[in-house]
Amino acid sequence: MLVLLILHALAAVSAPALIRALGNRALYGLALVPASAAAWAVTQTGRTPTLSIPWVPQLGIGLDLRMGTLSWLLLLIVGGIGAIVLVYCASYFTPGAEGLGRFAAVFLSFAGAMTGLVLTDDLLLLYVFWELTTVFSYLLIGQSPEQAASRRAAMQALVVTTFGGLAMLVGFVMLGEHAGTYRWSQIAAGPLPGGGYLATAVVLILLGALSKSAVFPFSFWLPAAMAAPTPASAYLHAASMVKAGVFLLGLLGPVLSAAGPWRPVTVVAGLTTMLLGGWAAMRQHDLKLLLAYGTVSQLGLLTVAFGAAGRTAALAGATLLLSHALFKAALFLVVGVIDKVTGTRDLRRLSGLGRRLPAVAVAGCLAVASMAGVPPLLGFVGKEALFAAFAEDGTTGAVVLVTLVAGSGLTVAYGLRFLWGAFATKPGVDGTVPERAGFAFVTPALVLAAAGVAAGVAAGGLDSLLSPYADGFGEEGPGYHLALWHGPGLPVVLSVAVFVLGGLIYAGHRRREWPGQRFPAADGVYRRLMSGVDRAAVEVTGATQRGSLPFSLGSILIVLVVLGAVTLSLGAPWPSGVRLWDTPLQLVVGLVVVAAAVLAVNTRRRMTAMILVGVCGYGVALLFVLHGAPDLALTQFLVETVTIVMFVLVLRRLPARFSARPLRINRWTRNTLAVATGLVTSGMAYAAVMGRQAVPISVDFPDLSVSYGGGNNVVNVALVDIRAWDTMGEISVLVVAATGVASLIFRRSQALQQRRAEQGNVPTTGSGWLRAAEVPESLRQSIILQVVARLLFHTIVLFSIYLLFAGHNMPGGGFAGGLVAGLALTTRYLAGGRDELNAAAPVDAGLVLGTGLLISVGTGAAALIAGGEVLQSALIDVHLPLLGHLHFATSAAFDIGVYLIVVGMVLEILRSLGAELDRQADIPEMSDESDKVGEPV
Amino acid sequence: MTPNLVYVVIIGVLFAAGVSLVLERSLTRVLMGMILLGNGVNLLILLGGAAGTPPIVGLGPQDAMADPLPQIMILTAIVITLGMTAFLLALAYRSWALSGHDEVQDDDEDRRIMRLAERDEGSGIEDTEEPTR
Repeated sequence: MLVLLILHALAAVSAPALIRALGNRALYGLALVPASAAAWAVTQTGRTPTLSIPWVPQLGIGLDLRMGTLSWLLLLIVGGIGAIVLVYCASYFTPGAEGLGRFAAVFLSFAGAMTGLVLTDDLLLLYVFWELTTVFSYLLIGQSPEQAASRRAAMQALVVTTFGGLAMLVGFVMLGEHAGTYRWSQIAAGPLPGGGYLATAVVLILLGALSKSAVFPFSFWLPAAMAAPTPASAYLHAASMVKAGVFLLGLLGPVLSAAGPWRPVTVVAGLTTMLLGGWAAMRQHDLKLLLAYGTVSQLGLLTVAFGAAGRTAALAGATLLLSHALFKAALFLVVGVIDKVTGTRDLRRLSGLGRRLPAVAVAGCLAVASMAGVPPLLGFVGKEALFAAFAEDGTTGAVVLVTLVAGSGLTVAYGLRFLWGAFATKPGVDGTVPERAGFAFVTPALVLAAAGVAAGVAAGGLDSLLSPYADGFGEEGPGYHLALWHGPGLPVVLSVAVFVLGGLIYAGHRRREWPGQRFPAADGVYRRLMSGVDRAAVEVTGATQRGSLPFSLGSILIVLVVLGAVTLSLGAPWPSGVRLWDTPLQLVVGLVVVAAAVLAVNTRRRMTAMILVGVCGYGVALLFVLHGAPDLALTQFLVETVTIVMFVLVLRRLPARFSARPLRINRWTRNTLAVATGLVTSGMAYAAVMGRQAVPISVDFPDLSVSYGGGNNVVNVALVDIRAWDTMGEISVLVVAATGVASLIFRRSQALQQRRAEQGNVPTTGSGWLRAAEVPESLRQSIILQVVARLLFHTIVLFSIYLLFAGHNMPGGGFAGGLVAGLALTTRYLAGGRDELNAAAPVDAGLVLGTGLLISVGTGAAALIAGGEVLQSALIDVHLPLLGHLHFATSAAFDIGVYLIVVGMVLEILRSLGAELDRQADIPEMSDESDKVGEPV
Repeated sequence: MTPNLVYVVIIGVLFAAGVSLVLERSLTRVLMGMILLGNGVNLLILLGGAAGTPPIVGLGPQDAMADPLPQIMILTAIVITLGMTAFLLALAYRSWALSGHDEVQDDDEDRRIMRLAERDEGSGIEDTEEPTR
């Protein structure tokens, strides 16, 4: 069974290439794939093969396949008709037609999904295949995406069936959660849930089944779906996909019909659909639409048969399912032929085709005869059985029978209308002259129609094949058997009544125009619903997404303040006491920070504000020192310095003062919100101390860092070892940020290339160590500063490397070291401009970043290869001559990567915010904002 | 454990100042607000762990050691703030280069939807409109 599914997938993938290579002939070969599914089904006749492969065992989902009798029947239909339609496609499509490869691929995917759907035993898997058929159907209906009607129809079918599918999924989950398994064969064997629960699940599942099978009130999508190419309609919307809903009814019926709502819902919806569809079919002028409404009507009939959930009705349902697939696919193929050879499907313009296309007419007549229930065709056998099923059912049965007779009468009438429209010679209409219809084009329809005759004659044999399914309804007694002739009785009388009624309706319809509206207003309801959803979305989005940053931030902050205040006032764990400070120095530093922060808010000059923010940062660094966090303090000092440099580099180009535009949120509101947030956060900080109730995870960190990480500095060892994943994410952010900065500043890709060239081409003096850029005397900023910077550069870089390696046991580490090296580069840049920077670091920043990331990731991966966990570090102790004992943890390599990334980021920032901004200011034509350079600070 | 009142006050002030700046339109000020908020958050995390000697094994008794866990988290946060600062600065510069100021503008798409909502119209997706037959 799995082979069948794989075969379909392979065929679908290779279909476009095959069609490109072989043209339409490839379709004959592809037809073998669904044909093989049908052939396999034939070899398995009378058996119930199963297959179970675990897929997501945690969720209990497996590839559980099981072919019962009904699945067997469906597989025959899906495979057999799929193959025949593919053969037909080879003649239907013009050779080299655009999109044929796509069509064939989607068609085969659909056939595969349908095969999976009928074979699966797992309800969740069934849902997956169910939705796959929906998606492929969407693609086939939207075969001509450039037509609005095609798009609309595809979307409508998708929305309606997906809605039903979701409802069905909920129903499945309810059943599955109750039973503890999603295998239907096990759910069916186990005890069912109780009344209301079961009823809800059943109604939800019925929503899915009925919407898929286009049963009222979901019928409207099917006629619209006729925008699909006719072969697709023949397969999807007559033979297979719309049968999925009916199939589900047939599959679940033996068990779930015990639920209260099952019979009333299915029978009423089915009968309504049958009458409405038949009525609407009578007024169609397009042959294909006539068939579509006919299909709706017949699906109603099938729903009644399976919904009734009795042994005889189920037997009738299975028979009708087969006969409908045969005759309706045949009829669609006939319409396709007519459309192709005459160029029209309008029955008012066709005339005299019966004589010109005799073979097509024979196929059409046989198919319609089966549809109308004329003996000895299969349709007759099925309909007789259905009448018999309701014949002994009291008053309800009588009502159902009357409706069935009326619906069948309509079926006879629109069948006649179809034949008349397609083949009759009409007075006053010029005879249509068709093109020649080839043998391979006509044969598929003939084969299908003939199969209807053969199956009807062999009704007795069919009975033994289908009875195992019907026996699942477990009724006692001798039971009904399919046969061509049961002798005189109510069913035969009803059949005669149907013919008479049908003839009368047809005769009456020829006299005057058929009354009635287009199709019941469900289509309009759907549209109103959709536009309502759309309107609601616009209103909600318009009300919540104001598009203003202060508004959005304000909303978030208000929530923070309100939630925080409420939680705090409703009994936060208030600490019992409070201490003023750990050391009085904290108060001194704190006063500075507070003053700087308040001033920073109120200043209107950019540079002043920046310096005040920097003071805050340095103050916080001092607090870190006082707290006993030297690594934090070191990093914070360095980061603050780099930040100030960056700000200066950018702010020299921006206006000195902030623009004084009127703000949407006025000053008073803003400050109130700010003070409120401050108060709430203070309260939270006050109460948060009590939040740490459990023993902190970090009590073991000191021991772990020595024994596993091989270092004494707990913070740094944790960064590169215990919490190395965290650091990995962090350095990735840095790489992304640096790349983002460069892409924002280098506005033209040629600027980026020029930068590369510049790096290699700086005219320099001196050897490798004390390299300096040759700068014209006039441009030199400060010769003393430049020389000092050059002299200090190596010392600083050396210090940074010391920090990098010392960090394992003392304050320092990759971050601090990288920042120090970055500051060394910054010094060179500030002293001598971009040429000096290029002389100091003649490498591309991206290269440094990439190398760093490679080293870090490589270290992590190496541990994996060596058999450890990702990022696990190993300790290496070696004795080297001269150097003595060398103690080395592999996590140091990770830290080297961090170091390089930080250096690369600073370099990228200097190149972008520094050098490139200089260049844009130097070259007026390159800088479109040269007239807006800010006033000097 | 008892809270340190100096920290509590500083955190409150840093948050208030940060929020006040973040609610501005000028991207430079928003960025400064973010930096102040970042400092406030870092202190808030720091407050969760005890102060003491630096968390380096061998410097002193382990009971007197400051809690290393908040420090580890803060170190990551500091460096990320640096990356974000660089990016926002580049953004501010780019905004200024393109439009002559560094103010955050209202989102055009959002304003379009607001206008649609005011006019009681749909979004104009074809499936929701009456077909023209």
